[in-house]
Amino acid sequence: MKLTSWGRYPRIEAEGSHFETTEQLRRQVVRDGNLIAYGMGRSYGDSALNERVVFSRRFNKILHFDPENGLVACECGVSLQELISVFLPRGWFLSVTPGTRLISVGGAIASDVHGKNHHVAGCFSSCVDSFELMLPGGEIVLCSREENSRLFRATCGGMGLTGVILTAVIRLQKVKSAYIRETVKRCRNLEEIFHCFEQYQKLPYSVAWIDCLESGDQVGRSVLMAGDHADTGSLDIDLHQPVSVPFDFPGFCLNRYSVKLFNRFYYHTRPASVEKRLVPLDPFFYPLDSIGHWNRIYGKGGFTQYQLVLPKSASYEGLKLILNRIAKQGLGSFLAVLKLCGPENGNDLSFPMEGYSLALDLKIEKKLFPFLDELDRMVIDYGGRLYLTKDVRMSKAVFRKGYPQWETFAELRETMGMKEKFTSLQSRRLEV
Amino acid sequence: MNLLILGANSDVAYAVAGAFAGHEKASILLASRNMELLEKKVQDLTIRYGVEVSCCRFDVTDFESHASFYASLATKPDVVVYSAGYMPATQEEAQKNYKEALKILAVNFSGAAAMLEVIAADFERRGHGTIIGISSVAGERGRQSNYIYGSSKAAFNAYLSGMRNRLCRRGVHVMTVLPGFIHTKMTEGLDLPGLLTAKPEEVAEDIYRAFRKKKDILYTKWFWRWIMAVIKGIPEMVFKRMSL
Ligand SMILES: Cc1cc2nc3c(=O)[nH]c(=O)nc-3n(C[C@H](O)[C@H](O)[C@H](O)COP(=O)(O)OP(=O)(O)OC[C@H]3O[C@@H](n4cnc5c(N)ncnc54)[C@H](O)[C@@H]3O)c2cc1C
Ligand SMILES: NC(=O)c1ccc[n+]([C@@H]2O[C@H](COP(=O)([O-])OP(=O)(O)OC[C@H]3O[C@@H](n4cnc5c(N)ncnc54)[C@H](OP(=O)(O)O)[C@@H]3O)[C@@H](O)[C@H]2O)c1
Repeated sequence: MKLTSWGRYPRIEAEGSHFETTEQLRRQVVRDGNLIAYGMGRSYGDSALNERVVFSRRFNKILHFDPENGLVACECGVSLQELISVFLPRGWFLSVTPGTRLISVGGAIASDVHGKNHHVAGCFSSCVDSFELMLPGGEIVLCSREENSRLFRATCGGMGLTGVILTAVIRLQKVKSAYIRETVKRCRNLEEIFHCFEQYQKLPYSVAWIDCLESGDQVGRSVLMAGDHADTGSLDIDLHQPVSVPFDFPGFCLNRYSVKLFNRFYYHTRPASVEKRLVPLDPFFYPLDSIGHWNRIYGKGGFTQYQLVLPKSASYEGLKLILNRIAKQGLGSFLAVLKLCGPENGNDLSFPMEGYSLALDLKIEKKLFPFLDELDRMVIDYGGRLYLTKDVRMSKAVFRKGYPQWETFAELRETMGMKEKFTSLQSRRLEV
Repeated sequence: MNLLILGANSDVAYAVAGAFAGHEKASILLASRNMELLEKKVQDLTIRYGVEVSCCRFDVTDFESHASFYASLATKPDVVVYSAGYMPATQEEAQKNYKEALKILAVNFSGAAAMLEVIAADFERRGHGTIIGISSVAGERGRQSNYIYGSSKAAFNAYLSGMRNRLCRRGVHVMTVLPGFIHTKMTEGLDLPGLLTAKPEEVAEDIYRAFRKKKDILYTKWFWRWIMAVIKGIPEMVFKRMSL
């Protein structure tokens, strides 16, 4: 079968099988050769791609719920969407959620995803009490901060390279309503938006859309969206079927001019400043989930997301340089997002570090990769790193510089036989 | 409402359970062979929908057990969904080995018929109940690659239609469900046409809606009615040379 991920690049020929019981999975794992777990394929790059994959989607049962403490035990194929639709009406919401609800719990742990509240709540692993992991020999171990903590730290953010996550116990947060009190601020440049992020740091959620085609004194023109759970409004939520982009857009639709037009439109149709308006939680967290297959607007050739984070001290200078460079290149991105992250968490390969993260979606084209290589050098020079779950092209050297703990991770893989068993196109490229 | 699902480990059955639990708050009994899976589904459905769910072992090819199985149920169902099915990835084995062919026939037809007869007797006596048989459009015309499975479904269709005729004046409703392609473990290895292939949840919603409307025959997704009308309309002389 043909297999790809959200970026639709690359597309490979692969053999895939589903599992519904641990026994079915074990049969796949102990077979000769290597494999990788595939959740809902919302990673952008090649981290879930391999000639042989196991699909977790049918391993999706909710096993236990403790309504006193908001603890859920579930299998790794359960989607965040399912957790929301089951538990939000009962007053519980995810403690950490990325910008899409269409990912699996296994994928959330393996990428140690972060959300708009990273600066206060940390990564997804911070709400994971424990999980079961299937190792290369088919044996299952329970991992938590107390038990097999070494495996816990390697697996959260470990991109499926330590084994297959089977079940997890995660902690939800109590909410009173399915609404958010949102504050929106338009910012004319990078200085203003940095200022805004600091100003609204107390709010649990914040993120900014940023226009990557502006340069000079307008560089970093952006719109901050911050918010907190409302305490009024109902708990009902309607996660309706999205409308879908029906076919691949032809390549020429997306160019510097159309993106510029879009960005202008977007910026000027946002209110200059709004305080605490009540908005439903779904479009606040998951604006893109209302459009199915939106990855098709990047055309047949696919796209990638370039997500970097720089340490706080270097963020202003570094981002200014990088944004100017992007604007000069004219590689516009409809979706560019800026976010202030909180402190690192000590997992081997988790992405966030205290500082600013920038993410941009970019159509795959010939001149893109050499250009990104150039950006890589700036990112590394400023002490930053790139997000593995978005990556499809970074070099081994960039990986090693960005993730100083790579060596202990690689050692663990070596000694536990993971290196031969769990591999992806990404792990082979990065030689980890 | 009490719902009994036979062959409850089918992917369609799991979705049907969800639809009836969600819309009707039905109490559900899941009956199938693989208990490990069933027990997980009991937990899952209970938590998701806050309804009463239980499970028990049931093998439809164990004909002897049918009567005692039904007698052992503490509360008798109001609605029964027959969802067990068996379709090997290719028909070759069944062509060579009659045991494989008989297994196809037993799971899809003879076992179903024997079991549903026990239930129909009870429903008839109570003057109440709905039987939903999940058959297949494959039963509407035999094709070279799949006619053993197809004929088991054709037999099931005729069976359901006759039973509907018999019970319609007794307050018992019988519904025939004719799905086209569905993404489930049954079709996992097959290369299905994406646009024509439904998700189990879509089929389940269709089934629930048709149940509310007391439909006799449901094609799901809806366009299969028209596709099958065309396929059935092809003269045999032509059809025998085609490879559909
Ligand atoms: C619109 C959109 C917005 C996004 N926003 C954010 C965001 O705000 N923050 C953020 O952090 N990320 C974000 N992401 C990325 C996404 O959250 C991650 O890529 C996530 O890991 C995808 O989960 P998945 O279930 O689709 O996993 P896949 O894409 O299938 O796999 C991702 C990785 O997880 C591994 N994996 C999956 N399941 C298991 C398992 N059971 N056991 C072991 N390993 C497993 C795979 O091997 C692979 O390495 C976004 C993606 C999209 C498309
Ligand atoms: N998938 C399609 O494209 C498609 C198309 C048309 C019609 N259908 C029909 O729709 C129904 C459901 O299909 P599906 O795709 O959901 O099937 P499925 O996921 O393959 O499940 C079939 C289930 O039938 C059960 N079963 C098999 N033999 C049994 C036996 N002897 N006794 C009791 N249960 C038995 C199995 O349960 P255990 O795991 O417990 O053994 C199995 O889980 C079937 O009747 C099928 O023929 C399917």
